[in-house]
Amino acid sequence: MMTSSTESTASKLRLGDVFRVGASGPRARKMRTALSALGVSIGIAALVGVLGLSESSKSALLDEISSLGTNLLTVEAGGGFGAGDSALPDTALATISRIPTVTNASAVWEVDADVYRNEFIPQGETGSLSVVAADVELVETLNGELAVGQFLDESTSAYPNAVVGSVAAERLGIRNLDQATYILIGDDYVEVIGILEEFPLAADLDRAVLIGKDAAIDFYDAGENPAVVYTRVVDGAIDSTRDVLPTTADPKNPEEVTVSRPSDALEAQAAADDALTTLFLGLGAVALLVGGIGVANVMVIAVIERRGEIGLRRSLGATRAHIRRQFLTEAVILSVLGGIGGVIVGVSATYVYATSQGWRVIIPQEAAVGGFLGAIAIGAIAGLYPAMRAAKLAPTEALRS
Amino acid sequence: MTAALELHNVTKEFPGEPPVRALDDVSLRIDHGELVAVVGPSGSGKSTLLNVMGTLDRPTHGIVSVDGIDTAARTDDEVAGIRARKIGFVFQQFFLLPGMSAIENVSNGLLYQGVPPRERAARSIEALERVGLGHRLQHPPNHLSGGERQRVAVARALVHSPSFVLADEPTGNLDSKSTEAVMKLIHDLHSEGTTIVVITHDTAIAESLPRQVAVHDGALASDSARRDRAVVAT
Repeated sequence: MMTSSTESTASKLRLGDVFRVGASGPRARKMRTALSALGVSIGIAALVGVLGLSESSKSALLDEISSLGTNLLTVEAGGGFGAGDSALPDTALATISRIPTVTNASAVWEVDADVYRNEFIPQGETGSLSVVAADVELVETLNGELAVGQFLDESTSAYPNAVVGSVAAERLGIRNLDQATYILIGDDYVEVIGILEEFPLAADLDRAVLIGKDAAIDFYDAGENPAVVYTRVVDGAIDSTRDVLPTTADPKNPEEVTVSRPSDALEAQAAADDALTTLFLGLGAVALLVGGIGVANVMVIAVIERRGEIGLRRSLGATRAHIRRQFLTEAVILSVLGGIGGVIVGVSATYVYATSQGWRVIIPQEAAVGGFLGAIAIGAIAGLYPAMRAAKLAPTEALRS
Repeated sequence: MTAALELHNVTKEFPGEPPVRALDDVSLRIDHGELVAVVGPSGSGKSTLLNVMGTLDRPTHGIVSVDGIDTAARTDDEVAGIRARKIGFVFQQFFLLPGMSAIENVSNGLLYQGVPPRERAARSIEALERVGLGHRLQHPPNHLSGGERQRVAVARALVHSPSFVLADEPTGNLDSKSTEAVMKLIHDLHSEGTTIVVITHDTAIAESLPRQVAVHDGALASDSARRDRAVVAT
C-alpha cells in the first residue's frame, strides 16, 4: 500500500531555521568564533581605516589647497645660463602687475645679511635662516596670516623692523611678542613686530626674516632686483598668464625666468598619498585574505570534529543540501561578525585619528558597505569547500565516530 | 495492516576483493506497536542491519518499506524526508548538541519537517515531560547525567511521532542504574503504543523484550515471533 505522496515525505528546512542552525555552531563555540572572526575583522578594519583616513586626509589637503588658492604663480630667476646669480630685472614687479589677468603681485628681495638672536651667538650658527625684503602686500598675496603681531606696513617698512617666518621664529627662540623683542640682523638690532603662520605655498618664507624694502635698501644695501614675484592670477586665465609671464618679467632673457605653481606640489602630494593608499589597501586585502583562510581553516576543522553532528542531522532527516547550507551559513556568519567588527574598528580608528589631526571625518560609503559585502563574499568562498565536504559525508560514515 | 517496517530479501554487499556480504537475504516485518530486540555479537551484521532499517544506507538488493513506502523508488532527499517523519533514532553516544538546551536538542527532531519554531518548542516540552525530564528543560547536555542525556535523546526520537524508533545500544554508555531507568522508559513507551526496535549485543536486555531477532553472519538466525507462530501452527 503506497499511500504517501512525494510532497508529504519531502524533507524541509525553513529559511529562518537555516540561519538558526547555521548560528548554532558559532554560538556553542564562542571563543573559536571570536578568534576566527577576528582574522576577518583585522582585514576589514585595515581596508575601512585606510580608505577613511586617506579620504579624510585628502579632503583636508584639498580644503587647504582651495583655501590657499590654486591661482598663485611664482616668478623667479633661474633656469637658463648662469642661473645662479641672476635676478629678475628691477622692473619685473611693475610689469607683472600690469598684466590684466594678474590681480595681485608682491615681490621679495634678497638681503645679504645674517640673522642672530643676539651678538653672543657664534657667527657660523645662522640657523639656515635668510633675510629677505618684502613688500607690504606679500601676506595678502599669499593668503597668509600672522600668528602674532602685525605685518610690515608703509611706515614700519622704512625702519629696522622685522617679521619672522614660523620656522625662523622657532629657531630664534621667539614664541611671543609680549615684550619688545630684538634680533640681530647684520650689525644692527631690529625689533620683531610680527610672527607669521606657515606659508604652505611658499615654504621658503617660513625660514626667512622679513624686513621692509626701504629699510633693506637704506640699511643693508639691498638691490632693486626682486628674487621672487608672487603673482595672483584670475582663475580662468592661469595657463595664458603663465605663458606671458617670462617675457613680461624679463623681456631680454625670458628663458631665464622660471614660473611655477606651488599648489601643484600640494596636488602632487595628494596624488602621492593616493599611491600610498593603494599600497596600504593591498596590505589590507592580504590581511583579509589571511582572515578568509582562517575561516576556511576553522570550518574544515569543524567539519572533521562535528562528523557526529552531521550524521545525527542526516538521521533526523537533513538532506545533503541542508548540511551544505548549514556550514556555508556558519562560515558567512563568522566572517560577517568579523566584518561588522572590522567596520566598527576601522570607522572608529578613522574618527579618532582624523579628529586628532583636526581633519573632517570622512568615511567613504563604499568602504563601509564594501567591507561588509566583502566579508560576506569571503565567508561564502571560505565556507564553500568545507560545506561541500560536510555534505558529501555519508550518514553511516558520519555516525561511526 | 501496513507494517511499520518491512524488509524483503535484503542483501547488502560492500565492494572489495572479494565483496563482503554483510547482510544475506534478510526478510523481517515489524508491526506497529511492537517492541523488538535485534541481537547479535559484534561483526554479525547488526550495524549494517540498523543502517538499512533506518534508511541511512541502501541495500544492494531487496526492498525496505517504511510504513508502506518502498524506499528503493525514492530519491535520497525523499528518503531523508522519510527519516524526518517516520523514523526516530536513539544512539549509544546520545549525539546531543553541546551548547543547546534540552528543549532545543529535542526540537531538532522536528527541524527537518519544517515545523514552525513555536510549535517545535511546545511539542518538545511535551516529549520531555513524557520521558520524565519536565524539570530539565533548559539544561544543556553537560549539566545532565548520562541517563538524563539518553532520555533527552529518546524524547528527540519520539517528538515527531515516528512509525518506529530505532535504538542502537541505547544503554551501552550507561551505568546499571541508568540502564534500568532507560529500559523501563522503553517498556513504558511500548505500552503506550510506540513501536521500538532495540539493537543490542546484550542478551540479557534482549531477553527482557517481547520479541527477539537474532542476527548471525549477516543472516537471521532466529526470530522468536516466527518460532511462536511456528508453535501455534503445529
